[in-house]
Amino acid sequence: MSNESKVDCGRRRLVVATAAVGGVGALAALVPFLSSMLPSERAKAAGAPVEVDIGSLEPGQMITVEWRGKPVWIFNRNPSMLETLPKLNDSVADPKSEKNMQPAYCKNETRSIKPEILVAVGICTHLGCSPSTKFKKGADEGMDSNWLGGFLCPCHGSTFDFAGRVFKSKPAPDNLEVPPHMYLSDKRILIGEDKKGA
Amino acid sequence: MASNTNFEKYKSDGSLQGNLLEWFDARFPATSMWRGHLSEYYAPKNFNFWYFFGSLAMMVLVIQILTGIFLVMHYKPDASLNANGIPVAFASVEYIMRDVPWGWLIRYMHSTGASAFFIVVYLHMFRGMLYGSYRQPRELIWVFGTLLFLCLMAEAFMGYLLPWGQMSFWGAQVIVNLFSAIPLIGEPLSIWIRGDFVVGDATLNRFFSFHVIAVPLVLLGLVAAHILALHEVGSNNPDGVEIKKRKDVHGNPLDGIPFHPYYTVKDIVGVVVFLMVFSIIVFFAPEGGGYFLEYNNFLPADPLKTPPHIAPVWYFTPYYSLLRAMVWPLFGIDAKFWGVVAMGAGVVILAFLPWLDRSPVKSIRYRGPIFKTLLTLFVISFAILGFLGTKPPSYAFFGVIPGAPVAQVLSAFYFLYFLTMPWWSRIDKYKPEPDRVTM
Repeated sequence: MSNESKVDCGRRRLVVATAAVGGVGALAALVPFLSSMLPSERAKAAGAPVEVDIGSLEPGQMITVEWRGKPVWIFNRNPSMLETLPKLNDSVADPKSEKNMQPAYCKNETRSIKPEILVAVGICTHLGCSPSTKFKKGADEGMDSNWLGGFLCPCHGSTFDFAGRVFKSKPAPDNLEVPPHMYLSDKRILIGEDKKGA
Repeated sequence: MASNTNFEKYKSDGSLQGNLLEWFDARFPATSMWRGHLSEYYAPKNFNFWYFFGSLAMMVLVIQILTGIFLVMHYKPDASLNANGIPVAFASVEYIMRDVPWGWLIRYMHSTGASAFFIVVYLHMFRGMLYGSYRQPRELIWVFGTLLFLCLMAEAFMGYLLPWGQMSFWGAQVIVNLFSAIPLIGEPLSIWIRGDFVVGDATLNRFFSFHVIAVPLVLLGLVAAHILALHEVGSNNPDGVEIKKRKDVHGNPLDGIPFHPYYTVKDIVGVVVFLMVFSIIVFFAPEGGGYFLEYNNFLPADPLKTPPHIAPVWYFTPYYSLLRAMVWPLFGIDAKFWGVVAMGAGVVILAFLPWLDRSPVKSIRYRGPIFKTLLTLFVISFAILGFLGTKPPSYAFFGVIPGAPVAQVLSAFYFLYFLTMPWWSRIDKYKPEPDRVTM
């Protein structure tokens, strides 16, 4: 090509520089658009702690409250439910709660402050469905005959014991999350804040 | 383009109509586009039943866009609760169904149209696999097609959130959480997609925006690219032989006929039959037995309670089964990440088909027993994966054969079908292709 010998290197450099500056400008223009999709200040401000009265929560009973748009379970486990926990240490993936799915003050056998009261985010650690309760032993609720009771995630079949510990070889990688919480009195619980524990 | 009129374009015959067209053609490629894409686009004369689905997909796209325009006039993407404690978005869909004149019809056309779109597109893709339509020189048509399929999945998924029912909410919850499985960037990425820490009003609004503006624009652009690429190389046919190899004195393929009027008229027959079936479903079974519109979606979204059984709409279930099949952690990364990888790879691997297939012939008519057997098994296993995807993970066939391991074996087969194709497609027997198409 005869044109090639006539390339003006100065102009070529200007063309490249112009294109580069334009490209940087276009990329910079992406920032406000992509950032606008992040949680807004209002969304970030939401999520105040929730206070719950558990005075009427009978042993074996569970209630669900909403905290930061998520279901939080407050579950009063009866003695026979608590008895199942040590028996399942070999069947669950993280029996000693080594992974950081709970505040330090709940890293114990029952994953709770008071042994019987479990506070857990009722969201499966797999893909965010809310597990359903399967409290009856055995096959009554469609589980295996050696089922000791716990939770089943309806979406992908992950199972959890009465302490929210996930069973081995299930899609969910972690135990259910225990949110920061504290007792305001014997019967009042505050979810989302833990002034003494943290 | 076979036309030699590129230079003189259109010459008026002196009539008003002719003068007008001449004026236009001097300023806009009206006649040359008409000729290049319709009246002088030569398509093989041996198209059969399977060739209806391309034009049907275009028609369903038009149905979706038209009905969508009218739905947006009444729909409100708002997750806040109204005076009756019902989410506004959910209530606005009920309003369309009950109070808007003919709203029920427009909405059912749109919701049935989504399923119809996938039926037609799956059959259209299967046609490509039958006759090797993805083979050289049509690789790009196939790649654009795979992208169209991906876009269609995104469009359908985001549209399904809009009624703000239980399945809308929990389906979106699961799929958006898929992204959180990606190591390191997963969690912030899923928050960015949702615009909040949970699926909520921000998510509903942006999905609405994507569903009605962004994705349809990309879809239309890809459809244009798909068809331009097709018209550049010419259509394949059930014999898989190139009609451009044999031309007549005018340079037109001997075995080709102009798309218009021959195939436009043929496609009208397809459209009429399709619309008959479509109307029967819209009028008599718009819920499709719970497969087109899931029953749980008639309940407003409740962020505190997952329905006892959630499954995606039927057209996603084969891929959902691939996702569920991965239950083992690998290389220190959670199983859920590999489930996401399997699901994504299941779609993306389709794009590589043109390079995986090493058969010397294109069409199933001249391919050997290995291909025919494996393709049949592939279709059956895809259907079973789809069926299992609609069932809870604990499902067992006849109550005895557990579904989960079956899905795992079939998922492995899904990938092995593609990954071993370079080997088995080469060693397979094949018959010599004819020189020209057969009818």
